[in-house]
Amino acid sequence: MAELTMVSAVCQALGRALKDDKDVVLLGEDVGVNGGVFRATEGLQEIYGADRVIDTPLAEAGIGGVTVGMAAAGLKPVAEFQFMGFIYSAFDQIISHVARLRNRTRGRLSCPLVIRAPYGGGIHGPEHHSESTEAIFAHIPGLRVVIPSSPLRAYGLLLAAIRNPDPVMFLEPKRVYRTVKQEVPDDGEALPLDLCFVLREGGDVTLVSWGAAVAETLAAAETLSGMGIEAEVIDVATLTPLDMPTILSSVEKTGRCVIVHEAPYTGGFGAEIAARLAEKGLLHLLSPVLRVTGYDTVIPYAKNEHRYLVSENRIIDAVRRAVAFPEEP
Amino acid sequence: MNNLDISYTRYLDPEGQVTTELPAFAQEQSKLIELYRRMTLARRYDGKLTAMQRSGRIPSYAPELGEEAVRVGYATAMKKEDVLLGTYRDTAAMLVRGVTIDEDLMFWGGDERGNVFAGPSEDFPLTTPIATQTTQAVGVAYAFKLRDEKRVAVTTIGDGGSSKGDFYEAMNFAGAWHVPVVFIIINNQWAISMPRERQSAAKTLAQKGLAVGIPGEQVDGNDVIAVCDVVSRALENARSGGGPTVVEAITYRLTDHSTADDASRYRDPDVVSAHWKNEPLIRLRTYLSESQAWTKDDEENLITTIDQEIEDGIAKYEAQEDLPPEAMFDHMFAELPMDLKDQREAVLAEFSKSEENGYG
Ligand SMILES: Cc1ncc(C[n+]2csc(CCOP(=O)(O)OP(=O)(O)O)c2C)c(N)n1
Ligand SMILES: [Mg+2]
Repeated sequence: MAELTMVSAVCQALGRALKDDKDVVLLGEDVGVNGGVFRATEGLQEIYGADRVIDTPLAEAGIGGVTVGMAAAGLKPVAEFQFMGFIYSAFDQIISHVARLRNRTRGRLSCPLVIRAPYGGGIHGPEHHSESTEAIFAHIPGLRVVIPSSPLRAYGLLLAAIRNPDPVMFLEPKRVYRTVKQEVPDDGEALPLDLCFVLREGGDVTLVSWGAAVAETLAAAETLSGMGIEAEVIDVATLTPLDMPTILSSVEKTGRCVIVHEAPYTGGFGAEIAARLAEKGLLHLLSPVLRVTGYDTVIPYAKNEHRYLVSENRIIDAVRRAVAFPEEP
Repeated sequence: MNNLDISYTRYLDPEGQVTTELPAFAQEQSKLIELYRRMTLARRYDGKLTAMQRSGRIPSYAPELGEEAVRVGYATAMKKEDVLLGTYRDTAAMLVRGVTIDEDLMFWGGDERGNVFAGPSEDFPLTTPIATQTTQAVGVAYAFKLRDEKRVAVTTIGDGGSSKGDFYEAMNFAGAWHVPVVFIIINNQWAISMPRERQSAAKTLAQKGLAVGIPGEQVDGNDVIAVCDVVSRALENARSGGGPTVVEAITYRLTDHSTADDASRYRDPDVVSAHWKNEPLIRLRTYLSESQAWTKDDEENLITTIDQEIEDGIAKYEAQEDLPPEAMFDHMFAELPMDLKDQREAVLAEFSKSEENGYG
C-alpha cells in the first residue's frame, strides 16, 4: 500500500466521502480544476464533477453562508477556506449561524457541515498565512474543533467530521501536510471524535499538544527519555468538546503536565486545559501546569518566524522545570 | 441617472498603432519614454524577484508579468500627496510611488521593515486579505474630505477580489458619502485558477459601480497611455469634489499566480502564449521607435541602467542586518506592556545562547 502524506490523506478521505454519500459536496476557492492550492482536493472534480466539487467565486462570507444553506437543505457540504487567515469574513456565518442553527430551531434545522482550513506557521508563507487561531473557534459554543496531527488521524477524523450530524471546524496544520508519510488504508473507517489520542506512554510527565506542535512534542519526549524522563504524550485532536477524562487520568499518574501549542499564550486553548486541571486535578499535581506556546505577538514574517514557533528545546526546558519543581533544574 | 453604457478607452493597439488622437500628456515624447522606463523597470525587477524566489533568496512573490501598464499607469497618474491602498501584486506601482528596491525586497524577503517606506510615507502597506483595503480607502478619502484636502485615495483590487462583499460595501459607502476615492479593478482574467467568466455573471466588472450610483468605465490595461489618461481624469474628478469612480483595467496574467502556483494545471499554455502579442511593453516600444523616439541603443542602455539599479538595490538589501529575535515584540503597542516583558525576556534568553545550542 502506498504511503500518504497528511494532505493526501485528507484528499483520500474527501474522495471516500464523495463516493459513499451523494449528499456530500466540496466547495471553495480553487478546489476544482486546480485541486486546491495544497492539492487537498486533487483529482476529485474529474471524478465527481463540477457540480459536487465546486469552484466558488472569491468571497469567504459567501462561502460561509451558502454552506449553511446547503447543510440546512440536506446536503453535507465540506467547505475549504484556502487559509485560516481568510476565514474571518465568514465569522458572521460561523458564529451567528453555523454554531447556533440547531439550538435556535430546537433541532428542526441543523448544520451537518465541515469547514476545512489549513492553519499555522512554519512554511514561510506570506503575511496572514501563518496564524493559529483555533482558540477563537473553540470559544464558540456549538462548534466542534478538530485538529489532526498525522495522515492516519487526518483520514479517520475527517471522515468522522463529515458523517457527524453537527458542524465541525476541521483545522489542518499545514506545516506537517507533507513532513510525514504513513500507510493510510482507504477503508472508510472513521476515528472517534471527542476523544484524545495517547501517542506515547510515560510515567513522569504528561505532555498535551495538538496540530503541528505534536511533532516537536514527540521529539522532545524521545530526547527526554534519553535523559531519564519518561513523558506521556497526548494529542488532544478534538479541542471542543474536550476529552478531559483522558488528560486527567494521565496527570493522575504522572503528577505533571506541560501543554504545548503554536498559538499565542494568552487565551490559548492551553489555558482551558490548565484551568480544568486546577479545578479537577489539583491534588494530583506535583508541579504547576506549564505552557509552551507561541508569544502574544503577531507571528513574525518569514525571516523571524522560526523564533516564534515552539521548539523542542523550549519543551524540554519546561519539562525539566516541572520535574525539578520546586527546585530549579 | 447613470449612463448604463460602459466606455472602453484605448489609444495604442497591440501593434503600437494609434487608434484615437493621443491625450495631451502623451504628445510629449519624454513623458512616454518615462512611462516606458517605468514599465521596463517593473518587468526586469519582476523577473529578478521571480528568479530570487526560485533560488531560495526570498520565500514568495506575486509576479506582475504582463500587468505592468496598469500599475505604472495609475501610479504615474497619482499625485505625491494621494494615498495608495494596493494589493499584494502592486509592486510596480509602489516603485513609481517612490518605494525603493531595497525596501521592497525586505517585504518579499520576509522582514516587517519592508513596510517602512521613506518615500510615500502615507501609503498603506500592501494588502493580503483580499478586498479589505477597499473599505479602508473610503475611510482615508473621508478624512481628506473632512479636512478639505485636495487629495485622493486610490485602491486596487483583482477581478477575483471584486466578488467580495467588502468591495461592494466600499463602493456603496463611497457613493453614499461622495468621497474622493478611485477604485481600480485590475482584471487580469484570472483569480488563481478561476477564470473571469466564472467569477461573475456580470458582463463587465466596471458596471458594479453603477449599481451604487458611481460611474464605471473600462480601459485597455495593457495600454499605459490609456490607463494613465483614464485614471488621471478619475483622480481630477475626485479631487475637485466629483466623487468616486470605478475603473476596470483589462489585462492578462501572463505567468503563474504566485511562485507557489503552477498555472499549467488549469489553463492552456497555448492560450497564454497567444496573449503575449497584447503585452504592454512591445506596443509602446513599437510606437516610440516608429516615431523615431527610441533606438536599439536606447533600449540597450536602458536595460543596462535598470539592471544596475536593481543590483544596487539588492546589494543594499543584503547589507542590512537581520532583525533581532526580540523584534517581534516591538511595535505590538506604542509601549511594551508589562505583561509582555517576560515573554520578550524569554525570547532574548533563548536566542542569546547560540541558536544551535540545544539538547537535540
Ligand atoms: C480574503 C482572501 N481570500 C483568499 C485569498 C487567497 N488568494 C490570494 S490571491 C487569490 C486570487 C486573487 O485573484 P484576483 O483578485 O483576481 O487578483 P490577482 O491575484 O489575479 O491579481 C486568492 C484566492 C486571500 N489572499 N484573501
Ligand atoms: Mg485576477
